Amino acid sequence: MAQSPRDIRRRIKSVQNTAQITKAMEMVAAAKLRRVQEAVQLSKPYLEKMQEMLADIAHSARFVKHPLLAVRPVRRTGYLVITSDRGLAGAYNANVIRRALQEFRGKDKASYTIFAVGRKGRDFFSRHGYPLSGEATGLPDSPTYPSISSLAEQIVSAYGAEEFDELYMVYNEFINAVTQRTVAVKVLPLTDLSKADTARKVNFLYEPDEVTLLTALLPKYAETLVYQAVLDAKASEHGARMTAMGNASDAAGEMIDSLTLALNRARQAAITTQIAEVVGGAEALK
Amino acid sequence: MSTVPLQVVTPDRVVLDMDIQMLSLRGGGGELGILPRHTPLATTVKPGVIKVKLAEGEDFLAVSEGFLQVMPDRITLLVESAEVGSFIDMDRVSLAKERAEKRLAEHADDVQTERAKAALQRANYRTEAHELSLKHGEVIKHRIEGKENIR
Repeated sequence: MAQSPRDIRRRIKSVQNTAQITKAMEMVAAAKLRRVQEAVQLSKPYLEKMQEMLADIAHSARFVKHPLLAVRPVRRTGYLVITSDRGLAGAYNANVIRRALQEFRGKDKASYTIFAVGRKGRDFFSRHGYPLSGEATGLPDSPTYPSISSLAEQIVSAYGAEEFDELYMVYNEFINAVTQRTVAVKVLPLTDLSKADTARKVNFLYEPDEVTLLTALLPKYAETLVYQAVLDAKASEHGARMTAMGNASDAAGEMIDSLTLALNRARQAAITTQIAEVVGGAEALK
Repeated sequence: MSTVPLQVVTPDRVVLDMDIQMLSLRGGGGELGILPRHTPLATTVKPGVIKVKLAEGEDFLAVSEGFLQVMPDRITLLVESAEVGSFIDMDRVSLAKERAEKRLAEHADDVQTERAKAALQRANYRTEAHELSLKHGEVIKHRIEGKENIR
């Protein structure tokens, strides 16, 4: 890479600019991550209380048949694929999409359908002609329940109408700020109510009655599970972006170091040549 | 007078967590008044205005539909949204109301009208809760602001 000192200086400048941007993006992602993590904490009581209530009811309404609980023969599978709206988050979206494609492999297009959260996933699936049934894009950095509830309701009612017979969520599970795990979890039909057997045996009065209550509660529970996954994915997104931008800043630093070295070498070479010329000229005058 | 802890929980956060003397709301089976040491009860909750009685007086919340779980020693209200009357932003409510009214006037199809009607109803409940809360001296607001460790 023999370049003139001026070219090298120009490159250093440009890398420095990039480093400044990636550094800023890293810090922004860190701040957003902290906010989402708070939101995740704040949203936990709702899910926990709901599980508690479901466990109590399921105990005394054990034989109730509800579409969300019924295991049907699977003719069509629904996938909720959660990606981000924006890129520059490392392999975040690539991981999710690859995992989703793995799930689809060998399946006929009529036998599954996709609900896409996030512009990246939506664009990918629509561009490549995958069957899309619903989408939610432009979610806020710290999603609130109303921002996802219409998609969640759509999914749950489509399941209730037997448009598909099981639902998987494909998303990046948040482990910690630097680690995310791409998972495909089965959400519907709801099965983990079996915890109900260990529930406290309290004899509740039910108004209007167990069945009505359970019928109202189950869809909300399923929607809450979707909301929780979206929040989790958002935390992962900010974490992934933070790591990616941190790596980019580090790489830029290394690049600046090696460019500076090259610059010094080039400058030294120039000086050496000049001295040699001066000395040569002086010799010639003798 | 004895009290019982009430928690109002929404998917986003815990809206209210304090000891109350009585809770009045509309349940799936009709009007309900819950006092401490109530028998275990689980019910659906209809959207509307709920009344909470504290030692200092009464206050009001606007809630969406949800669920209520009563234990002798605690009450949990699970709703999609809940707002203490004093904290309702009336500017936003009137905006929402205008929007809903406009939609009602424009649209004839069923889905849109249903939605607009629900939105209008929500706006009315929020207005009612806000006014009632102001009228009764914003008890919850004062209780919360009395504590140091509240945002």
